[in-house]
Amino acid sequence: MTYLTLEGVRKTFGDMVAVSDFNLSVEPGEFVSFLGPSGCGKTTTLRMVGGFEQPTTGRITLAGEDITHARPASRDVGMVFQSYALFPNMTVAENIGFGLKVKNVDKKEIHTRVDELLGLIGLPEKSRAFPFELSGGQQQRVALARALAIQPKVLLLDEPLSALDAKIRDELRNEIKRIQRSLEITTIYVTHDQEEAMALSDRVVVMSEGEMEQVGKPFEIYNYPSTEFVASFVGRLNRVGAAVIDAGLGTVGFDEAVIATGTKIDKPDGSPVDIMLRPEELELNGSSTNRIPGTIETVFFLGSIVRVIVDAGRIPLTVDIFNERLLDMPSVGDAVEVTFPPHACWVLG
Amino acid sequence: MTIAGPQSGSLTGHGAAGGAVQPTGPGPAPPRRSRLGRLWPWFIVALGVVYFVTPLLGTIRLSLRHNKGTWEAWRLMLGNDQMWPAFGQSIVNGLATILVSLLIIVPTAYWVALKMPRLRPLIEFITLLPFVIPGVVLVLALIRLYSAPPLLLTSTYNSTRVVMICAYAALSFPYMYRSVDNGLRSIDVRSLTEAAQSLGAGWPTIVTKVIFPNIRLAILSGALLTFAIVLGELTIALYMAQRTLAPFMADIVRNKPFEAAALTLIAFSVTWLSLGMISYVTNRAGRRT
Repeated sequence: MTYLTLEGVRKTFGDMVAVSDFNLSVEPGEFVSFLGPSGCGKTTTLRMVGGFEQPTTGRITLAGEDITHARPASRDVGMVFQSYALFPNMTVAENIGFGLKVKNVDKKEIHTRVDELLGLIGLPEKSRAFPFELSGGQQQRVALARALAIQPKVLLLDEPLSALDAKIRDELRNEIKRIQRSLEITTIYVTHDQEEAMALSDRVVVMSEGEMEQVGKPFEIYNYPSTEFVASFVGRLNRVGAAVIDAGLGTVGFDEAVIATGTKIDKPDGSPVDIMLRPEELELNGSSTNRIPGTIETVFFLGSIVRVIVDAGRIPLTVDIFNERLLDMPSVGDAVEVTFPPHACWVLG
Repeated sequence: MTIAGPQSGSLTGHGAAGGAVQPTGPGPAPPRRSRLGRLWPWFIVALGVVYFVTPLLGTIRLSLRHNKGTWEAWRLMLGNDQMWPAFGQSIVNGLATILVSLLIIVPTAYWVALKMPRLRPLIEFITLLPFVIPGVVLVLALIRLYSAPPLLLTSTYNSTRVVMICAYAALSFPYMYRSVDNGLRSIDVRSLTEAAQSLGAGWPTIVTKVIFPNIRLAILSGALLTFAIVLGELTIALYMAQRTLAPFMADIVRNKPFEAAALTLIAFSVTWLSLGMISYVTNRAGRRT
């Protein structure tokens, strides 16, 4: 059953097209992320769902009701902002209870609901604190509780973690997921951080220049990107310029190396093609059939992974190796072979 | 990737184990300021005190030199049956001007900040116009415009007073707009507004419960400046034949120097008292919201 739908939604600012032909159906309780670089239209789309921008054309429905032109106040949509947007003149409890007070909910009920939410976000002792007395992470938790207090039909989060430092961001990301799961609330999340989108979402909408590039589960988006943009934006990618040797067998040539892609290529022999390779699917001196020789140029120790840049003649190849205590660290200047299986290749015509 | 064989590396640290941490010697002493350097700020403060207090002391002294007795000037002024009504009118005019000015400036500045930030320079320019239009020009224009049908608003004392309050409100724009705009710049107007909207709040609630309390101090500073301007404004009040404090004081100053000194001090005290009360009331209202 579809809960939130955007049909042919388009938004222009003068001559500039911010969002173009956006179509999406969101199920009840689903967590959908809009992922893309700055200026791709993800926040504008979210703001159209929230009622803060009006679509130039198209239709938005929520729970069967057309809300395309409804005022933000009458949409039953909770919003969490990047800048927290807590009311500085109110305490934490007053902030959380604001929406209920506006709706003339009984004082006792407001008190009970605020206490519940303070417990949910793990800040029961901060009810009388003012926003300036809280850390960034605590402020964002309060903003989340405030948005949830009105029991909205949809929760909208506009880059809620981007103003926080890495550790707090990870903690709060888990909190958001836990709360969203426990309340089973339909959620739209805007981010430019692919890891955040992958970790949190049931589905990810990748956007570029106002258009939807791909919609799918994180696994699909990452492993089966449908466009070059998605492949390059989501995760790291090596791009190997090669020429088709045998289109039927799916083999291409790169310098002296012959690379088997494992699939037929829809191009005549001799045509130039690009082979896309994820760094984590490459190995150094492994046993796979495809082998490209090179020399280690740089080694980055990143904690959980070791990133190795190999000079493979015409191009640098990035190889990600999982770190472990017994790992023999690669050294700069070592002659190596970058190896990968045929299924790691994604051929771009 | 080749994997190394078993290693027997120890996790025990070496290096500085057991080594006592030597206290570091004191760093370079901060440069000592010379005696003159230390006294300089106090000299400035003293100069300011002398600058502001000397005229007051002179006025107090003058007010006590009436030839019929030390407190005679004060007795005459406090007993003057025109002074308190003039004070009352000026205070009411001041409060009314603050109200009119706030009703015009706060929604305008808020809307500009929220929806039309590009118009800020234009609005700033418009609010500065009272600085470049002399008071006498303003009042003559107002009298000319509102003294004949269809806009005959100066036919009675009270209707003229309304015109004067509107003129005062215009005079207060440069101070009020700047104060309110600075207050609005110090908060995230758009996010706060949208957060309140998403929680179901309408415009009156947003303005009174969210925006207004968060720019309260800015409004207060604009209100205090407005009040001070209205209490001392002479030109418009004189031309509009209003019996406010400034024309009354001007009349006294012309003929009665000792009483004028006493009146100045009374006006000074009442103005400060009024400003203090406005500040107190606004702060209390702010705490309740």
